[in-house]
Amino acid sequence: MTGEKKKKIVKTIRIDLDKCNGCRSCELICSAFHAEPKYSSNNPARARIRLIRDPIRDVYVPVYAGDYAPAECAGRDKYTIDGKEYDECAFCRASCPSREEFKEPDSGLPLKCDMCEGEEEPLCVKWCLTDALVLEEREEEVEEEAVEEEEQEELEVGLESLADKYGLQKILDAVARMSMKD
Amino acid sequence: MRYAETGVNLEVDLTRGNIERVHTDPQDTELYLGGLGTSTKILWDRVPPEVEPFSPDNLLIFAAGLLCGTPATGCNRTIVSTISPQTLLMAFSMMGGFWAPELKYAGYDKVIIRGKSPDLVYLWIHNDKVEIRDASHLKGKGANETAELIRQELKQPKAQVAAIGLAGENRVYYASIEQGRSSASRGGIGAVMGDKGLKAIVVRGTNDINVARPAEFMELCYEVIKYIKFREDNPIPGVIPILAVLGSPQEMAIHDERWHTENFSWGNARHRRKGFWTPEVAEEWTETLNSMRTRLISCYNCPMECGATISPPGQPTFMMKCFSKLTYTMAAMSNLDFGMRIAQRATEYGVDGYSTPQVMAFALELYENGILTDDDMSGMPSENEERFYWLLDRIVRREGIGDVLANGTHWAAEQIGKGADAYAHNNIKKHEQLPLKLSMLNPIYFLMYCTGEKMNITQIEGQFPQAPFPKREHREKFVKDWFQVPDDRFKQYFLDWEPRGENSMPYYPTVEMSCDIVDWQERMHYIDDALGMCTGLSSFHIKPPYHIHNIPKFMSAGAGIDMDEDKLSKAAKRYRTLVRAFNIRRGLRRTDEKPPDDHWKKRFPELEKELLDTYYKFKGWNNEGIPTKESLQELDLDYVSEDLVKRGILTDSENAPSQETSTGKELE
Repeated sequence: MTGEKKKKIVKTIRIDLDKCNGCRSCELICSAFHAEPKYSSNNPARARIRLIRDPIRDVYVPVYAGDYAPAECAGRDKYTIDGKEYDECAFCRASCPSREEFKEPDSGLPLKCDMCEGEEEPLCVKWCLTDALVLEEREEEVEEEAVEEEEQEELEVGLESLADKYGLQKILDAVARMSMKD
Repeated sequence: MRYAETGVNLEVDLTRGNIERVHTDPQDTELYLGGLGTSTKILWDRVPPEVEPFSPDNLLIFAAGLLCGTPATGCNRTIVSTISPQTLLMAFSMMGGFWAPELKYAGYDKVIIRGKSPDLVYLWIHNDKVEIRDASHLKGKGANETAELIRQELKQPKAQVAAIGLAGENRVYYASIEQGRSSASRGGIGAVMGDKGLKAIVVRGTNDINVARPAEFMELCYEVIKYIKFREDNPIPGVIPILAVLGSPQEMAIHDERWHTENFSWGNARHRRKGFWTPEVAEEWTETLNSMRTRLISCYNCPMECGATISPPGQPTFMMKCFSKLTYTMAAMSNLDFGMRIAQRATEYGVDGYSTPQVMAFALELYENGILTDDDMSGMPSENEERFYWLLDRIVRREGIGDVLANGTHWAAEQIGKGADAYAHNNIKKHEQLPLKLSMLNPIYFLMYCTGEKMNITQIEGQFPQAPFPKREHREKFVKDWFQVPDDRFKQYFLDWEPRGENSMPYYPTVEMSCDIVDWQERMHYIDDALGMCTGLSSFHIKPPYHIHNIPKFMSAGAGIDMDEDKLSKAAKRYRTLVRAFNIRRGLRRTDEKPPDDHWKKRFPELEKELLDTYYKFKGWNNEGIPTKESLQELDLDYVSEDLVKRGILTDSENAPSQETSTGKELE
């Protein structure tokens, strides 16, 4: 089955490490935007962007939360760029058991950047006055199913992480209870 | 629910090793706002005047400002308060950086330290988990070094560390508390921390800070950000470079140092060097800064880049900001390369960048004049710059002459005798000041120098231009978009201010106008110090993004406290008066309130007396500078008035002059 072609906007955040001043406004505003109700609370530990920051070594890497990884990688990577050694997994976007990044501090559930859906630009970009973070958009054509698949995939990733945390049976029970209420 | 603040203080008794979480009274926030305000209230209630700086009963309070941890740009300051070993008065020194927001996220507004630990310890605050940990392995370590070691041993790269170096451990009277890119340096608060046996306070927090009316608060934040951008694109014409743009003075960014090097005094605040800034010097210093500066850096949630990472070749990397760039250079009559290099060592030792160079230049001046002898200076190298390193090493270890100099120029001069006090010539209330020696008395600055209790002019001045603009048309242009004034009369003061003639200094601004201007300037600083707002986006600047008209809105929407301009001004006046009363109770009197004798060449004793008389009245103080019963009652400070009466400092009959006591008492 071949689906309809559909236009999709691809959003890219250009990250310029040289322009980062280390202020972590991006973390703060991300946590505020995703609070319920919106902007009601602030807590960088809930942010979907993290600044890997080590001023003495001049390390500044803003990283966005990407996919959930139930297990650690088999191997790790460590980059040296222009003589500066970056932390293990510094550039990795995964919410992964090997580190504390990109997990809700209370529940441990994974966080993922959603580019601040509904806003004209992600708030981290808006709040980065030094232009270390700049938004670029381009249009691409994709198969329609791809969009649906993406949503399905998101749902499954969420469920998978819940299952990892609580066990599949508990999740099934909870879903059963919720459907009974309806 | 509490908004902006957590409503919880951490009480730590180091003598008993006891830690408690204490819920605070929301009414105190309404009355004293937070930060400096509520800290002052705690000091008043719990530290009577008999308590010496190095007594276990002295408190050391680390306070996060009321709006720290919210998205209010640039609101990230920690206010540290205690009794200063140098002035014997209340010290409140602040630092930016990342520590205060982290404390809020950990769930606390303040950490209140009392008692003394028998062994060197550090405090580790990780949300609900708080422990006192052994720090004996950190004894003698540098402040930055300590922070790094602690983060490693706790495996907490995101923990924020406020630490002392060797100077604090050895109770140097001008020891600082260092926090990576920031430091709380004035008043010797690091010495009190060292006396308590506390090497560091380490914080990591992952809790929420709530705001009361989120949408409204964000709107206010965007207004501020927009105005910061506007100011970036529109520097103020006709003022010196550091006042034209926002931020803490942009010393790390700029290369042109003509203004500082030719207007400030070199050596022991002695020599003006007109014509110093030649193209050759400019080229050499530009090269030095460019070769050492790796990056311009910011504090938490602030776009201004007021600090820098500095890597002097062959030395460890450190972070620097503001005028410590030049203080060592100018005290030693040396160059920028020397200044940056010795600042690296001084930062690890943890000493104040204003007092320290001046103490060393003072010592060398005493030596040149035969007051300190070869015996006193035994082992001192012959080369000038080497002497500064040598003195710095002696001071922080309190070795030989260093033990005397570690008490600052005032107390050292007293101990040395032989006329040494004439060389301790740049102090106010026993504390070393910026090396400014000028010609014509400035009535505004006269009042700020005399009555300031923050001990540093840059932390009192601001809002109003420092000098008149030469042409009326420039002044008219300047006042056009000057909406930050509390009232339009301030525009008129400025419009009529001329560099020469009838409306020029010292008689213009008039006595009344000067009082009005100083009161506005001081009020804005005190408000910042309660909120944790950086003066670099607020009170230090002419035309800042935060001002008397929008700060009440930030407080209402952020902290959920019903606030307007009058209520805010009254609250600021309340705790400002409480600072004064606290110091009065410790002996501060009119006789202590004077600028260095040689600050201006042209002095006007009658005018100066009138200025001080009028300003005291304006503030609701009697002729000795003591808040009157009436003014205390107006500010809901009846308990202060009662205490001052009980102690015989105020009498029942209003405004009777009190017994004169002096702060000149000796430490044991």
